[in-house]
Amino acid sequence: MTEEVQAAVLPEHIKREIDHWIAKYPADFKQSAVIPALHIVQEQMGGYLTPELMAAVADYLEMPRVAVLEVASFYSMYDLKPVGRHKICVCTNVSCALKNSGKVIEHLEKRLNIKLGETTADGKFTIKSVECLGACVGAPMFQIGKEYYEHLTPEKIDTILDNLK
Amino acid sequence: MANEVCFRTLSHEKPWAYEAYVSVGGYSVWRKIVNEKTDPHEIIEAIKQSGLRGRGGAGFPTGLKWSFIPRNAPGDKYVVCNADEGEPGTCKDRDIMRFNPHQLVEGLLIACYVMGAENAYNYIRGEFWEPFQRMETAIKEARDAGLMGVNILGSGINAHVHNHLGAGAYICGEETALLNSLEGKKGYPRFKPPFPANHGLYGKPTNINNVETFASVPVILQHGAKWFADLGVPNNGGTKVFSVSGDVNKPGNFEIGLGTPFTKLLELAGGVRNGHKIKAVIPGGSSSKILTGDEMLAVNMDFDSLAKAGTMLGSGAVIVIDETRDMVEILARIAEFYAEESCGQCTPCREGTGWMARMLHKVIHGGAQVSDLDKIVDVANKIEGRTICGLGDAAAWPVQSYIKKFRKEFEDHIINRAKTHSH
Repeated sequence: MTEEVQAAVLPEHIKREIDHWIAKYPADFKQSAVIPALHIVQEQMGGYLTPELMAAVADYLEMPRVAVLEVASFYSMYDLKPVGRHKICVCTNVSCALKNSGKVIEHLEKRLNIKLGETTADGKFTIKSVECLGACVGAPMFQIGKEYYEHLTPEKIDTILDNLK
Repeated sequence: MANEVCFRTLSHEKPWAYEAYVSVGGYSVWRKIVNEKTDPHEIIEAIKQSGLRGRGGAGFPTGLKWSFIPRNAPGDKYVVCNADEGEPGTCKDRDIMRFNPHQLVEGLLIACYVMGAENAYNYIRGEFWEPFQRMETAIKEARDAGLMGVNILGSGINAHVHNHLGAGAYICGEETALLNSLEGKKGYPRFKPPFPANHGLYGKPTNINNVETFASVPVILQHGAKWFADLGVPNNGGTKVFSVSGDVNKPGNFEIGLGTPFTKLLELAGGVRNGHKIKAVIPGGSSSKILTGDEMLAVNMDFDSLAKAGTMLGSGAVIVIDETRDMVEILARIAEFYAEESCGQCTPCREGTGWMARMLHKVIHGGAQVSDLDKIVDVANKIEGRTICGLGDAAAWPVQSYIKKFRKEFEDHIINRAKTHSH
């Protein structure tokens, strides 16, 4: 037996933001807005995608709920479980690895006292290893939220983290 | 000479600004096309003459690709820009969008006109927030200047450019996976044929090219096909942005003429770090076959020269590897990447990429025998050419070429591990 998930209520301003995306595509293809819509709800409604949020997006875009789950579970930027307020995505692909991305992770683990993939007890930081983020000439690098930070050094990492609320 | 095409605004204080772009002749081509209603065939012919080849990796002649679109067929057509830059080592499209977004907008408007399309979608990878914002601003400025929208400059021509955002998936750089993703689905590649030129976005004729390709078009039409062709070498027209990373003193994006010797590019990137010797180079993104340092020092940077050397120019991502590096570890990391990014649709790729990655870890950490190396290559050979899209090939090529060219390192790992364990 599966229970029907009760869709979350999308606030008006979120709907308007999604509408801005829907307007880009032909009227019959609202589903094209699903990727941006999931970004919007993840970012502004709790930091990760709950079944209730995915159901709300599905209903709003008039698409099957399972199709939204398929998308949400396929793409790496979506989180289906809680993560820290600041998700530190460290690139560990070849160009960054050659520039010591391993040391970047070591430094983060030591400073935050957690392991790769974990979240600090206060829910502030998560460290994650990711594939190439397309900033290879700035290696080593990581992304926090929407920002890229390149040419990282231990000192630079400390300053970046100190400045995050 | 450098920075003459996609990076031509780079010397300006705000290279991304509308004013900067207009000051180098930006939008003059688009205005002329709109005013004169240039014959689209003339534009396609100029692009053919310019020798422009696809900058996303395949190097297919752009003019020819444009000629495949049935522009007079009834119904909608689309232009799609592949800004899902993700081939490891590649970071040029990010800089084109950050520093010269208007040129991409103009390229897309021209493409719309040639294809008989009213809408172009620029599919930007989800992580690229800064490039996305620069592109959003550029679109707004172009619209405010009357260069985009409905009845452009009173011509009756309609053309819109829209930015789309992805959400993290290497596979969406494959053009048909990108189209599915743009339709709001998982990024599964489609069977070809039908090709996007006939059956693309929303089942309509669709022209899809890379950022650098579209951004080259306004300059070709402004300065002429011959001017552009002469920047490169025969059959390899124009410049190319090379992203040079890895063991060099000054990593960076360098826009130089196709056919430039690799030694010159290496010099621009400050040479190999710490005075080390060059051991190997990934010449065109992580999926391209590896060349030894000596092979690389003898090649020129163009499609044909690299093909002749047994590899490819690919996306122009050059990763330099010095003598202190362990090739087995580098290959294992690359194999892990393809295993992670395989979409899972085709069995040889889904199962094979993971198996190859696990075996390479055994080569490093113990549990592999020397005879396994042939088995790993055999599996790579059986993935190659047996999948819907090119990811299978992309996963196979590094495995085949690293083991072939650096076999002794792989054997040494296995033998040394076995020795350590027997003590």
